[in-house]
Amino acid sequence: MNKLSIPVRKFDAVIVGAGGSGLRAAIQLSEGGLKTAVLSKVFPTRSHTVAAQGGVSASLGNSEEDHWHWHMYDTVKGSDWLGDQDAIEYMCRKAPEVVVELEHFGMPFDRTDEGKIYQRPFGGHMSNFGEKPVRRACAAADRTGHAMLHALYQRNVRANTQFFVEWMALDLIRDDSGQVLGVIALEMETGEVVAFHSKATVFATGGAGRIFYSSTNAFINTGDGLGMAARAGLPLEDMEFWQFHPTGVAGAGVLITEGVRGEGGILRNSTNERFMERYAPNAKDLASRDVVSRAMVTEINEGRGCGPNKDFVLLDITHLDPATIMKRLPGIREISIQFAGIDPIKAPIPVVPTCHYQMGGVPTNYKGQVVNEDGSPVPGFYAAGEVACASVHGANRLGTNSLLDLLVFGKSSGDSVIEDLRSGNIGLKDLPANFAERTLARLDRLNTQTGGANVNETRLELQRTMQKHCGVFRFKDMLAEGVARIVDIEKAVARTEIKDKSQVWNTARVEALELDNLIEVAKATMVSANARKESRGAHVRDDAPDTPANPNGRDDINWHKHTLWYREGSRLSYKPVIMKPLTVDTIALKTRSY
Amino acid sequence: MATSIMQFKIYRYDPDKDQAPYMQDASVEVDFSLDRKLLDVLTRLKAKDDSLAYRRSCREGICGSDAMNINGKNGLACLTEIKDLKQPVVLRPLPGLPVIRDLIVDMTQFFKQYHSIRPYLVNEGPRPERERLQSPEDREELNGLYECILCACCSTSCPSFWWNPDKFVGPAGLLNAYRFIADTRDLATNERLDDLEDPYRLFRCHTIMNCVDVCPKGLNPTRAIGKIKEMMVRRAI
Repeated sequence: MNKLSIPVRKFDAVIVGAGGSGLRAAIQLSEGGLKTAVLSKVFPTRSHTVAAQGGVSASLGNSEEDHWHWHMYDTVKGSDWLGDQDAIEYMCRKAPEVVVELEHFGMPFDRTDEGKIYQRPFGGHMSNFGEKPVRRACAAADRTGHAMLHALYQRNVRANTQFFVEWMALDLIRDDSGQVLGVIALEMETGEVVAFHSKATVFATGGAGRIFYSSTNAFINTGDGLGMAARAGLPLEDMEFWQFHPTGVAGAGVLITEGVRGEGGILRNSTNERFMERYAPNAKDLASRDVVSRAMVTEINEGRGCGPNKDFVLLDITHLDPATIMKRLPGIREISIQFAGIDPIKAPIPVVPTCHYQMGGVPTNYKGQVVNEDGSPVPGFYAAGEVACASVHGANRLGTNSLLDLLVFGKSSGDSVIEDLRSGNIGLKDLPANFAERTLARLDRLNTQTGGANVNETRLELQRTMQKHCGVFRFKDMLAEGVARIVDIEKAVARTEIKDKSQVWNTARVEALELDNLIEVAKATMVSANARKESRGAHVRDDAPDTPANPNGRDDINWHKHTLWYREGSRLSYKPVIMKPLTVDTIALKTRSY
Repeated sequence: MATSIMQFKIYRYDPDKDQAPYMQDASVEVDFSLDRKLLDVLTRLKAKDDSLAYRRSCREGICGSDAMNINGKNGLACLTEIKDLKQPVVLRPLPGLPVIRDLIVDMTQFFKQYHSIRPYLVNEGPRPERERLQSPEDREELNGLYECILCACCSTSCPSFWWNPDKFVGPAGLLNAYRFIADTRDLATNERLDDLEDPYRLFRCHTIMNCVDVCPKGLNPTRAIGKIKEMMVRRAI
């Protein structure tokens, strides 16, 4: 494979990833008449968007009064004021439009008696600026992600989008001026390596939840976009913020939607107490995810966990009408029976907080353009969905805002590509002479490495280290030790060895290449977390406790800013949070409680 | 710790080095307190031999990647309980599609049939400002249809699809065809029925019902096919 040149294919735009955001961007570009290639490691409907369950938020007000401004307030508060308010306003205002559009594409939403889109309550969704829960999550039973991903794929079939299925992007092509000129990708079926030379490149590669040992994420969520961006010299933003979803099935890690609590489910400890009443007297079980996850871990740590090892709590829906469960939560019942051996109609489900979502990512603006530290766009480069950090989720994402994020920013990134091409801001520049060098060196090393580290064992060590040193609660000493451990693991990653050197469908090679991306994300996470000496949202550390001067351990004077991690030297930099929305007044900093 | 050795016979074929496919004997230590599903054990087998190739992603039965033939029956590895499996567990690729490598088949023909039924909502009328209304009862017609994960367990268990994969749409494609026919928002019912009124596309279904037997989501393509036939009869009289 160590060739001097590789085949080059030319496109107007290349989209990497065919989950929700990639497919939404592809609709814009295909229907806009651009010559577009969509690359995906898996057939599009196998992307991880498919596993989203509970809903997509939009202030449609189908069941009760709602307003995008309330949605915006909840999102800013949920983010613990780390979200950029221009992007949050943009997303919440656009929500009704993109959700209705999705309905027009054929999405089989559940319906109200009047025939409108069905909406359910969800964690942190409140009316009138935090007053009381509101029904804002638009749902297709508890299979919203599946229904959405298929509807988006179907719309792309209609638009004749050109897919490259089971192609893995390996590296970004970037010239000396910083402009992005496409990607180099591997066709898994043949082992062929090809350059996709394009005027515009859109990353929609999803998150990297597989850096943790216990994760709701699919095997494919290995942060490929983040690894590629980091190797190309771009920073990763706010990587210390990882969402632990309160309700993963104990032991299995499979997700149980927050929609279960939206439909009336209750969390209980070993004394059968509804403990969330103590932690969030107002929102109770529907407080924000970081708050609920910490409450659960506190219950377990204080000996009120359930089971022989007292290491989980119970999610109880036995008081709900079985007909409601069958109608609104059929998938959850299936999952509980399959992965916990429990029928939730009859018995509560054992659950633990499980790594679920990456709030950070490649820095973007609300137009879906990737931005430099000073806010200027990186020419030719766009990103949307979990890989991107717009930043709408800040330090903690609200449930259902992920599906909204990928619709809104998938669409806006597509529109930005069209706009930038039309205005002549970007065009097809020549590929630099050495554009494939790094990628071919990586592949060559894998083909020739002997006496190296085992990929599977190295990945497990990385995942266990992240789990132990960078979990729901973080500790000063453990973080510092974690940084050292990850640096050691990085050395092993640099000399991984695969036994299988074949060309056709070599999944060993794919897993080794994925590990190259996981390690970048793990490093960014650990170094950023170690440096942030406060508690905010999902990042909570023992040396930043709750005090009158710093409620909840949040230190706005020193730490109300975004982290930027650069691969080169594992360097950190910081940039201010955008507090000025597009049209409304700033939602001013205040103490967060539910 | 409840550990035990599990025995397997696995279909292996690497076009780079094998003249022909062969069945490989394999065994692996399984910890029943951690390993519940066949996919957990495949992960262990792959840790021992990194050349074993299979598709997988979500590991919870919603993405449809890890369909394979398990002890003679199609299913998803991630939803298959290991304690129920007779040993040696015989793993083969899905039948009826060309094998690329090991347990990975070429699904081109399967997706071609799916694409042939125009798997998207057809409604070219003016777009309303808000959502199109649909009653809860009309929406319920889509239950048992929209949940298809395109894993291909059904179509590759269907003898009619094996004989005519290029002409017979197959259970998955037909289930999806009916998903759009049944959708009150879709305006192409007649064209959809015209397209299927063909000795092969629809009428190769001989209600053998293997599809119903293997669907990991508990869906019933035969019933959907019956409904399509019923609509054809109804519009003819």
